[in-house]
Amino acid sequence: MTDCKSLIQELADKYGRERASLLPILQGVVEKNNYLSDSCMTDIAKELDLSAAQVYGTATFYSFLDTEPRGEHVIRVCKTITCDMHGKKTIIQTLEDMLKIKVGETTPNKKFTLLETNCLGWCHEGPAMLINDTPYSGLTTEKVHDIISEFIKK
Amino acid sequence: MSEQTLKRVDLIFGEYSNEKYKVLATTLERTNEDILKDILESGLRGRGGAGFPTAMKWKFTAETPGDEKYVVCNADEGEPGTFKDREILLRVPRKVFSGMAICGRVIGAKKGLMYLRGEYKFMVPELMKELDSYHEHVKQLGFDFTIEIRMGSGAYICGEESALFESMEGGRGEPRNKPPYPTTSGFMKKPTVINNVETFVNVLMIMRLGPDQYKKLGTTDSRGSKVFSVSGDTPIPGIYELELGMSLDRFVDEFGDGDTKAVQVGGASGFCVPRKKFKDTVIGFEGVPTGGSMMIFNSSRSMYNVLHNYLEFFEEESCGQCTPCRVGCQQLLKGIVAVKKGEKKAVYLDQLMKLSESMKITAKCGLGQSVANSFSSIVNNFKEEMIY
Repeated sequence: MTDCKSLIQELADKYGRERASLLPILQGVVEKNNYLSDSCMTDIAKELDLSAAQVYGTATFYSFLDTEPRGEHVIRVCKTITCDMHGKKTIIQTLEDMLKIKVGETTPNKKFTLLETNCLGWCHEGPAMLINDTPYSGLTTEKVHDIISEFIKK
Repeated sequence: MSEQTLKRVDLIFGEYSNEKYKVLATTLERTNEDILKDILESGLRGRGGAGFPTAMKWKFTAETPGDEKYVVCNADEGEPGTFKDREILLRVPRKVFSGMAICGRVIGAKKGLMYLRGEYKFMVPELMKELDSYHEHVKQLGFDFTIEIRMGSGAYICGEESALFESMEGGRGEPRNKPPYPTTSGFMKKPTVINNVETFVNVLMIMRLGPDQYKKLGTTDSRGSKVFSVSGDTPIPGIYELELGMSLDRFVDEFGDGDTKAVQVGGASGFCVPRKKFKDTVIGFEGVPTGGSMMIFNSSRSMYNVLHNYLEFFEEESCGQCTPCRVGCQQLLKGIVAVKKGEKKAVYLDQLMKLSESMKITAKCGLGQSVANSFSSIVNNFKEEMIY
């Protein structure tokens, strides 16, 4: 995990210290650290001269700005209608079996977090999931096995 | 499959002009009045779903005094069943940037922003590459209009224009009261034109073809073509560019699997049309409008499950700011579960229907107002499935 204070400095130098810079900074921290810790949000507030409540309020509004510790690879499986119709349940089951965690949990080695999310925009190729920023569509049990095995090896 | 196939169009995804940014360059030689006249003449209406006449939006913003104005491209495509903007941005980003630049010229803005949903972050490197080339070209043209990409972070409501501004300003994506409308007070409270990705491409195509040629497509109320996102129970899911104004039964003939029970037109916030109404339903602003989402359900699907899925979606994505939407979505979901379990009598559905109607008139923004669309169209047409 990157040190929060220096990371925030770096992001604020890049995006500015305006209120409008808040979202890119929050996104930048999540990209590096996988989540926003309380102390990190307080540091952002100081850096941008905002109240901690304003930072917390903004962060908690967005489903991709996690305020709980997450694994290195965050898996988000689409649960919206067409993915659901085309076998999302089996995909979740496969992932749960492989990673030995339930939806909402993180593996003990902090490598994977399994989550569900709303429509990812791959309805024509469902079921679909995101692993960090990369989308995977047309999922089958075999395909999920291959993808996750690759990540485990890394 | 019917013998009479739907008219496929190749406007949006058609090839680029031979020379990079050529249409933009020739358009910039024209006067603003002339450009606006062509857009007005073409009858173009916004492609995000609401269908506001594009020329009017631009004209109002151009007429609002102010040195600082913005052009915003709404690429926060989050409606279930919609994925056309992703495809447009992957295949013809140059047309989108050109459309934004033309808008900037017409309204007198120096800055354009594209708000891209977090789920599409994987596209950023490609978009940035094209954007670099765009900036090079406008520099050569001596035209001052820069474009920046801003990212969303997984919130459906940010597709609502005023919520999108709030988000870009660094806040919670909570919709504002209207009026004032973006044409007078948008991003940073400055006059702003906000359009869908596809709308900007349409503008460029009107500039290239001229309004007369463009108008040959579609019907009086729905000019031009539309990019449709087709998914669900269909052998050929994907992106299709079709003429507006077609009837739903022709659409089903072509895209259904022979056993189509219902089509959800316009996503979860749109309308569910049952088989018996296919024939009388026109896809377009004169009938059932759509931002492009067409989800097909065959007879193996439980419409209760479909509605349950939508309501879960709305309950999670409601920003929680106004009571009708926050509490209404929760109660509608609880209500249909209770009826299904037999904990409430079937007549309770009428109560829920009244609730959804109240949401339509009291919710602050389009999210809460449109829950009633899918709710009433599913409950009315598939009542037995809700109860048994």
